[in-house]
Amino acid sequence: MSNELSNQPDLNGAHNAASSQPDGATRLEHLVDEKAFAEFLKKNYPREAAVYQRAGMNRRSFLKLMGASLAMSGLGLTGCSAFAPNEEILPYARMPENLVPGKPLFFATSMPLGGYANGMLLETHEGRPTRVEGNPRHPASLGSISAVLQAAILDLYNPVRSIRVQNQGTPTTWDAFVAALDEALPSDGAGVRILTETITSPTLARQITAVQERLPQAQWHQYEPINRDAALAGANLAFGEPVSTVYRFDEAEVVVSLDADFLMDMPGSVRYARDFASGRRVRADNPTMNRLYVIEGGFSVTGAAADHRLPLRPAQIENFARALAAALGVSGVSAPSDTLWSGEWFDALVADLQASQGRSLVVPGDGQTPAVHALAHAINAALGAVGTTLNYLPPLEANPVIQSDDLATLVSDMAAGNVQVLIILNGNPVYNAPVDLDFAGALAQVPFSAHLSLYLNETSEVTTWHVPGTHFIEEWGDALAFDGTASLLQPPIGPLYETVHSGSQMLALLAGDDRTAYEMLQETWLSQLGEAGWRRALHDGTIADSAPAPITPSLQSLNLGAAPSADGLDVLFRVDPAIYDGRFNQISWLQELPDPLTKITWDNALMVSPATAERLGLVEEQLAEVSLGGNVLAIPVFVLAGMPDDTLATYLGYGGGLSADLDAGLAFNAYQLLPNGLTRFFSGASVENTGRGYNLAQSRVPNFDENLWEADDRRPVVSATLAAFQTDPDGIYKPKYEDPASILPDFLYEDNAWGMTIDLTSCIGCNACVIACQMENSIPTVGKDEVARGRDMSWIRVDPYEIPDGDETRRAFQPVPCMHCEKAPCEIVCPVQATVHDHEGLNLMIYNRCVGTRYCSANCPYNVRRFNYLKYVDEAPEMEEWRNPNVTVRVEGVMEKCTYCVQRIVAANIEASKDNRPIRDGEVTPACASACPTQAIIFGNINDPEAAVSKTKAEPHEYKLLAELNVKPRTSYLAKLYNPNEELYESGQDEE
Amino acid sequence: MSQMFTPGTNTLARLSLFIGLLFVVIIVGAILIWDNSPLGNARAGIAVAQPVRFSHELHSGALNIDCQYCHWTAEESDYGGIPDTHVCMSCHSQIAIYSELLEPVRTSYATGERIPWQKVHDLAEHVYYNHSVHISKGFACETCHGPVTDMPLVWQAETMTMNWCLDCHQAPEKYVRPLDEVYTFGYEPPIDQAELGPILVEANNIDVDGLSNCSVCHR
Repeated sequence: MSNELSNQPDLNGAHNAASSQPDGATRLEHLVDEKAFAEFLKKNYPREAAVYQRAGMNRRSFLKLMGASLAMSGLGLTGCSAFAPNEEILPYARMPENLVPGKPLFFATSMPLGGYANGMLLETHEGRPTRVEGNPRHPASLGSISAVLQAAILDLYNPVRSIRVQNQGTPTTWDAFVAALDEALPSDGAGVRILTETITSPTLARQITAVQERLPQAQWHQYEPINRDAALAGANLAFGEPVSTVYRFDEAEVVVSLDADFLMDMPGSVRYARDFASGRRVRADNPTMNRLYVIEGGFSVTGAAADHRLPLRPAQIENFARALAAALGVSGVSAPSDTLWSGEWFDALVADLQASQGRSLVVPGDGQTPAVHALAHAINAALGAVGTTLNYLPPLEANPVIQSDDLATLVSDMAAGNVQVLIILNGNPVYNAPVDLDFAGALAQVPFSAHLSLYLNETSEVTTWHVPGTHFIEEWGDALAFDGTASLLQPPIGPLYETVHSGSQMLALLAGDDRTAYEMLQETWLSQLGEAGWRRALHDGTIADSAPAPITPSLQSLNLGAAPSADGLDVLFRVDPAIYDGRFNQISWLQELPDPLTKITWDNALMVSPATAERLGLVEEQLAEVSLGGNVLAIPVFVLAGMPDDTLATYLGYGGGLSADLDAGLAFNAYQLLPNGLTRFFSGASVENTGRGYNLAQSRVPNFDENLWEADDRRPVVSATLAAFQTDPDGIYKPKYEDPASILPDFLYEDNAWGMTIDLTSCIGCNACVIACQMENSIPTVGKDEVARGRDMSWIRVDPYEIPDGDETRRAFQPVPCMHCEKAPCEIVCPVQATVHDHEGLNLMIYNRCVGTRYCSANCPYNVRRFNYLKYVDEAPEMEEWRNPNVTVRVEGVMEKCTYCVQRIVAANIEASKDNRPIRDGEVTPACASACPTQAIIFGNINDPEAAVSKTKAEPHEYKLLAELNVKPRTSYLAKLYNPNEELYESGQDEE
Repeated sequence: MSQMFTPGTNTLARLSLFIGLLFVVIIVGAILIWDNSPLGNARAGIAVAQPVRFSHELHSGALNIDCQYCHWTAEESDYGGIPDTHVCMSCHSQIAIYSELLEPVRTSYATGERIPWQKVHDLAEHVYYNHSVHISKGFACETCHGPVTDMPLVWQAETMTMNWCLDCHQAPEKYVRPLDEVYTFGYEPPIDQAELGPILVEANNIDVDGLSNCSVCHR
């Protein structure tokens, strides 16, 4: 225990404070007095902490008692169930239909994000949602799901969720709110404003219309920081009308991204990633692959997936788009005179696009200027993309507005005293409205303001009323998917708290409608679908064939005006790959999820290129003060190779919730810099190094040793060009591997032999597998300090690699779960046989045998074993609800690691065994493989030659990580293949 | 100065080594014996008081109601399953409707409050047991739960230690029955079990090799 004590920094402080007193006993008493000690106890020894906290407990007797109880737990007489407390079994009074206790039920629902529906299946155990899977019937999912969408389930159970209606900070009741609202509402609705996030839901839109019918002068505004203003303005510019664009990456052979992170940060990006990867599934019998060019102002996973990437400061991207449009013959556009990019690169891109007429696609980024969007529309028309690689739909938003203008109008009305009643449904404008609007200041002028939200956040603290909101899992509703397919929100569970209310209820209250959300949803759909169709829609989670038919808007002549001029430095505000716009900053899984490229957890950072950092004197892990438009933000610097020069990139969403910067008394809240505008980048910034240090916690960064790529045998990622693969599939470099005799026993695998293949060409590093694993296996988070000590618990990590390749640096992501070695080095060193081999080749971890010697982890060449140094598991009763009931909860002192989701294997085994048949291929899918948006992870029985996994293991570009160790890993990889343009790729560049 | 150590000291030293070793062996042995004995599992053999004095002796013994009438999930799921109040009331809305003993059941039926049955068989939390696969492979209720038809209140009939589980997992032929005898109480094998067992293991498709893997019960 003394070891653990010394690991607590607060406690060390307590030690030092007490050490001036020589008497040992006094020192101990000082320890117990400390609040830090109480917290330490609560976290690591909750049972003892309860004893300590009992009133009147003598400190000395507590220490005595605690010593005894720890000693007893050390004895570990697990067989003494004589002392186990009696447990109750509480069967239902009336068993719900279709429920078999012990068997999960799945419900189809959708999660609206940015207004657009994302289909998902919720796994529930006896009514309790424990897990999110993709919905194979939903167009935005097709069975895959992203990290953010999965982790959103944690908000449902978060113990800090708001559950009380508040008036000026004082708890009150919903009835009091209703009465107060009734009194405040003018009968004609003058001065009544409703502020929502983006709404695509037909039902909510109808409800808002109903409110406006009852209160004719009431106005509706929409704002969320991750909006599609530029896309909307760009469509207006190009077509004179709003349209929605749906891309068909599966049809495209050449894709150009103009600062678009379509693999992560666009409505429908899960589907886009899946479609994009379907064009890159290179096999010996199908050696073809699409090609991706990315021109970007930051560094995104889309950029990392590119075959050719051009980092360009964000303000220059419109110039690039103009040059591209001019080169492709778009009328009315002239090429800019001076360019920052290589002419050779540009010409090769143009030639490639022209050569693939009708099979090419240009995608503009949502953070770029409207002109870039308009130019992309014109370029796509010139390339014959419309109707083949993209479709236009009528606008999907119920009321497409330029949200930054809409919010500005609202704020100026508020500041002028024209707003009497402001109802804010979700969102957090005080936190995330552009800083130059001063939303908080204007809000102070509104006599009656109410905020509906899941948490008590920055906005609910200053509105006069706060109403606790429902989680989307507790709501009935609807929303449109990225392609216009109507999707239903179906709650598998009622609201966890009786005091929470939904946006639909608030709107019904304003409209004087006493129907429930369910009744209103039925009103929208039941008459259209009929009873059978409605049931079908609930089962599927989507309404079949409800997507609008594609339209063909006519292109106007472009009137673009001047291109933005780049002065000073550009600041790029990026959507956080984990906590999105900050709305998920209360979710510990996402806060601890490493950034795909920087691997930073829990914190925001200012990403700059090495050259810019050097020029401006910026130092990694030191705070820099960024000034933009008179606002200043101090933020730690991270030097990221591959960033364009003169660009400062940062993520939105930190400085709130669980973000680690708050603990340090700082807030790396990029909204404090964000001006109002259509774009997500702004020029004219300056930056200064303050010299103050700030530690960033990176999670397991692989060694970026350039020699790694020279020394052939140790290369962790095997890469080659598609051309090389096409010429000689067997000739691509693979680590040398012989099969010498081993001192370890041979096992016979007669029935099933489980194995996994990970296709590095498909993997985009999106981290969906990491969260899927965390949710399936109930993996705890450990906090920033522990991550910094290298103690994060994630069973699968995604290593980013930089691979030097001639002029270009290529990026690869390598997911590393347990390799399930056939000659496992961990097994032979365990003194208590806690990690053993089974007859299907699984390398098992037996928690109740483990005594925590950590020999196995020391002997693991892949660094995939995780040790519970402390009691990381969160014992809040709410947080116990999401845990997978089929996985053991691990305590401190126990080793754990990837099991290939053994609980799923055993469950499939039992079902197959009951039917007296072998397990079918595809019947067992580990959580990581089932979530993967790009289907990069293939799992199955390698004894079955027809299984998908066996076919991938037979591919010529299959290789094993650290094969020379001869541990015979069951997890292997398909080499990372690139498809560079031959014009830009000299033959000598390839290292064959 | 006289000798500090007498010749007998050597013997004493050797003896104390031996006694020390013996002491360790006794302690370890005692723990192991305790751990695997009904004593260490004090639940075994003790009837557990229940909120409703439900008698298996009456229902499944005298009245001969099939196990599955109430415990239907045992064939489908991990859990044997305790019936919901509606199952009780499917008979007791007609039979013994004024019985005082059934008051908690009627209350539960009326209010929807759950009946707090006391757990009798409580496996350790890191053990995952599946009823359905055992039943489908010919392992009887009686084999683990004992003579339930003779129990006025149910008690745990076996120790339910890992050692006890492995006894069968390593040699299922000792306990396997024909599939139509799994719900039978008081079953006697028609021929010698030593002869019948291996035949049934084959017939019921039991994969004996995999049964001793840790992952079968621990995840």
